[in-house]
Amino acid sequence: MTEAALPAPMAAPPVDRERLAAIGFVLPSFLIIAGVFALPLVLLLGVSIVDASGLTLAHYKRLLGTPYYLWVIWNSLRLGLLTTLIAFVISYPAAFALARARGPLRSLLLATLFLPLAASVIVKAFAWTILLRSDGIVNETLIALGVIEDPIRMIFTESALIVGAVNIFLPFMILPIYAIVAQLDPRYAEAAATLGASPVGTFFRVILPLTLPGIIAGVALVFSLSVSAYVVPTLLIGERYPTLATTIAKAYLLAREPGFGAAAGVVLLAIAIAVVALSARLSREPK
Amino acid sequence: MMTRAAIVVCWVMAIALALFLLAPLLVIAAASFSPTPVFDLPLTGASTRWYGKIGRLDGFWPSLLLSLQIALLSTAISLVSGTLAAIAIARGKLPGAGVFATALVSPLMMPGLVLGIALLQGFRAVGFTAPWATLLVAHLVITLPYVARTMISGLARFDFTLIEAARTLGCTYPGSVLRVMVPALAPSFLIAGIFSFLASFDNYPVSIFLADVRTKTLPIRMLQYIEEAPDPTLAALSTLILAGTVILLFVSDRVVGLHRMAGTSD
Repeated sequence: MTEAALPAPMAAPPVDRERLAAIGFVLPSFLIIAGVFALPLVLLLGVSIVDASGLTLAHYKRLLGTPYYLWVIWNSLRLGLLTTLIAFVISYPAAFALARARGPLRSLLLATLFLPLAASVIVKAFAWTILLRSDGIVNETLIALGVIEDPIRMIFTESALIVGAVNIFLPFMILPIYAIVAQLDPRYAEAAATLGASPVGTFFRVILPLTLPGIIAGVALVFSLSVSAYVVPTLLIGERYPTLATTIAKAYLLAREPGFGAAAGVVLLAIAIAVVALSARLSREPK
Repeated sequence: MMTRAAIVVCWVMAIALALFLLAPLLVIAAASFSPTPVFDLPLTGASTRWYGKIGRLDGFWPSLLLSLQIALLSTAISLVSGTLAAIAIARGKLPGAGVFATALVSPLMMPGLVLGIALLQGFRAVGFTAPWATLLVAHLVITLPYVARTMISGLARFDFTLIEAARTLGCTYPGSVLRVMVPALAPSFLIAGIFSFLASFDNYPVSIFLADVRTKTLPIRMLQYIEEAPDPTLAALSTLILAGTVILLFVSDRVVGLHRMAGTSD
């Protein structure tokens, strides 16, 4: 009775103060994300639908209506898909070996993942231009071994691009998969075997579903990085393989067509958002 | 658990993957000692003269200085604001904390080039065009997600009642934060700092749209050297950058352990 009669504000201030402090704590980060990330992206959307005469969809029509630019979009998607697929095929089994490694061997393997991850993208792409030159190390080794007689053209081919992209984005695939595999309880597989499952059945019905969150994270990360890569295609293949990323750069840095560049940017952004949304949805699937 | 063949395949893949990942780094280090100007491996005699030529690359020193300034300052600002935000998120007193945590790390998944042109348009629209300042502000968005991600997961393991415990045992509030929270979070702080520094120092896709002729970051300058006239001097510069990265990683391995950075707890 007496408690109910007490004025409510007496109890309220501490709660409000904590909430106020929390808001104060996030304010700087909120301003950065809202002002220097969200707002400019919205503005970009605006730039992509105006030209000198007002509102227009001309930039999108040009991008999605000419065979050349559809090929450019397909180039980006193909770079993303091939890189992701190859990186996954290499990373998935390797993650299991990494999870079984102990002691110095594990440290060594992890170091070989972290060093390339932390190393500069430009440095790595540059290294591949040296490796793949016609007078480069790969060619000279193959000639010395007698595999080929004359140097084969490697740099500025799609193979060079994919090899370089896989190399540069691989750590982003294996690390999320490894993080899940390392926490896998071996008793699940043992239980499946005890209950009569074959090794193949155990893999497809127990291990693969349990490691799916790592796969989803790795695939989403590698695809969104490689589909929008700029430095790698610029150095390893150049003009012969235009992508959305190189088209954006060209529209802004050379052709001075911000509206068209913005439209290409919005398409690339839409691809990235679709990947994030899809991966979030997949990892929230039942159970 | 797994059949023998599967285990062999896993190990073969892991070893192939390790060699494949290290190959470009080893090659560039070897080529930096090339005896000739065409990236030969130093099989017939090594030369260190390319290292002496780094400083004479056109515009190298201003670009190095600019990249260091931007990387250090943006990392410092992001460490403070990102850690504060992570604390608020972890304490759970913030409405919509989950959504905000996602928003904080979302720039990591967005194409850098798109962020670059968006910032160029945005800064132009408000008349903010000084290259140095725009680079710094832009790099806050590059570094903040790394800090936020690392500090949010670091704080998820931190037990805030420890601060209360320290106060019960006679510590002042700032004293208990300093003696309980800071040591517990120092490893996450270090990892966040190193990775956001590297992300900024290596960024090309955002910086390229904000730089001008006189204000070029080191990655922009390096790509220009590579496209114009690549010679072993660039391999030497790359090797020095790699050596710096190795030192940073070595320090973080000593302090935190690589296996914890990889996301495993044991």
